[in-house]
Amino acid sequence: MQGNVACAEGALAAGCSFFAGYPITPSTEIAEHMAARLPKKGGVFIQMEDELASIAAVIGAAWTGARAMTATSGPGFSLMMENIGFAAMTETPCVIVNIQRGGPSTGQPTMSAQADMMQCRFGSHGDYSIIALSPASVQEMYELSAEAFNLADRFRVPVFLMADEIIGHLRERIEIPDSVQKTERKPLPPGELPFHPGDDLVPGFPRFGTGHGVHVTGLTHDERGYPCATNPKVHEELVRRLVEKVESKRHEIADYRVTNPDAELVFVTYGSPARSVEQVLHDNPEKTIGHLRFRIVWPFPENALREFPNARAFLVPEQNLGQMAREIERHTSVPVIRLPRFGGALHTPEELVSALEGLA
Amino acid sequence: MTYTDWLRADRLPHIYCAGCGNGTVINCTLNAVVQAGLKKEETVFVSGIGCSSRAPGYIVTDSLHTTHGRALAFATGIKMANPALSVVVFTGDGDLAAIGGNHFIHACRRNIDLTVICMNNMIYGMTGGQGSPTTPRMALSTTTPYGSAEPAFDLCELAIAAGANYVSRWTSYHVKELTRAILAGLRTPGLSFIEAMVQCPTNFGRRNRYRQPLDQVEYFKAHGMLVEKVRRMQEEGREIPPDTIVLGELARRNRPAMGVKP
Repeated sequence: MQGNVACAEGALAAGCSFFAGYPITPSTEIAEHMAARLPKKGGVFIQMEDELASIAAVIGAAWTGARAMTATSGPGFSLMMENIGFAAMTETPCVIVNIQRGGPSTGQPTMSAQADMMQCRFGSHGDYSIIALSPASVQEMYELSAEAFNLADRFRVPVFLMADEIIGHLRERIEIPDSVQKTERKPLPPGELPFHPGDDLVPGFPRFGTGHGVHVTGLTHDERGYPCATNPKVHEELVRRLVEKVESKRHEIADYRVTNPDAELVFVTYGSPARSVEQVLHDNPEKTIGHLRFRIVWPFPENALREFPNARAFLVPEQNLGQMAREIERHTSVPVIRLPRFGGALHTPEELVSALEGLA
Repeated sequence: MTYTDWLRADRLPHIYCAGCGNGTVINCTLNAVVQAGLKKEETVFVSGIGCSSRAPGYIVTDSLHTTHGRALAFATGIKMANPALSVVVFTGDGDLAAIGGNHFIHACRRNIDLTVICMNNMIYGMTGGQGSPTTPRMALSTTTPYGSAEPAFDLCELAIAAGANYVSRWTSYHVKELTRAILAGLRTPGLSFIEAMVQCPTNFGRRNRYRQPLDQVEYFKAHGMLVEKVRRMQEEGREIPPDTIVLGELARRNRPAMGVKP
């Protein structure tokens, strides 16, 4: 199965019933597969006039209670940014897939990149927080696509599946489980104000059409949902909560894989570069090389770095100039070695080995 | 039930300027909604950004106040995901025809079962009176200080060309007709577009010799002409005065529609 098709199938298994999108390489197979599959399952596929409209329709559908998704790549991702901020501000659960390609601008439509990792975290204006997953195999395209909906519903945030072209177009054999675990959206308790947070800092969800009469606005709003755009206290409390509801749970949300925790030299990866590192570990079975692989990248769980107490250096192969390496540097005194490889070619095991030899 | 039952009383007074025509359009809309027998829990109001877009916040139903220009795209998602809901969109001339122009023509083309009400005040009111796509040629605004050089959009012609099933234009003077038009729009499957021309004494009127709210309402009354009369005059080869506002039901048809209530 192709990675993009596995992504669509994972979403369907999670109960995704609404997809709005716009054709863009290298993500289009997701839309094509949803167009074929959703109508037969009683869901809705709609091809919108652009990516601004795609994410807008997804947010609208989410307020009717649907599990809703869109998929795109760099240029479309840039167009979505304003409404992604709207989703963060209005606490709308939704899933946005980015099959990353080379940028900036039109860049390399058919070539792989991981250069939108900072954009997915910080791309819309204002302070907010999101969750981003990064699959490194076709199996993970399926699993993490399904899990993205659970995280979106639990935390009421836009959740990103930040894959890259290599994983999107990879074909591998996968195991499809009989069912996937589903976390329900917490409903709004009767009599509760629509934006009053629970102990978990997340308000219950007042689905449209169920008599709550909720006003949803991108303006700064109070717990009634009413615009309150000039009160500094209301704004600060709201924005702090939007960030804290995710960041304070980052170690609980964390999802990473540790190999050889006693190693002194440790590769840190997410997405397709993990595969080159796995080849290096396979070729060097003496357990002297560590590997920390993130399946969830944002919120960044810095405690994961402490799984390697003997680390002398963290080596970070990425398909960008060092976006996540900079984040790792913020959290450790161990030297962080950037290993950028971009333009579409994946790191070879040989170049990773020579990077290790340079530190020996 | 009356329209006041649909108002979100604890949010009043509203933010509109004294003499603004938007309140008249909200009043007409809620009267039409009551006459149509819509249920509050099955009705959603959607808007973008601008003066018009604050309207849903004063109505008790579920409502989505979205980003500038995108109301129709959000409304498309709501209506397609749950066609049982009645979805009414409030928008303005800048929101609909400038930043949201692409969504406007595509929502009309798809003929999604929405009722779209455009409060056309021919100006960007919320930001202090800049020229919009419907600002008349030579009209003054903060960004057209020597008179607008650009020809204006005819929003209804645009909606008709793009495929909306129902298109009507009235003004804040014609409240009974406007209410009936919105009611007809609510009852027509597919996209219904109702343009409501409104006075903006604060930002349009005071720069264009309509300093008092009623000055511009009087202008609407004096220059409005029913579409039937316009067509008759055209057939008779008579000249239509250049500042004529064509009023009435401009299109009603039965193109295939999407998201129609089951």
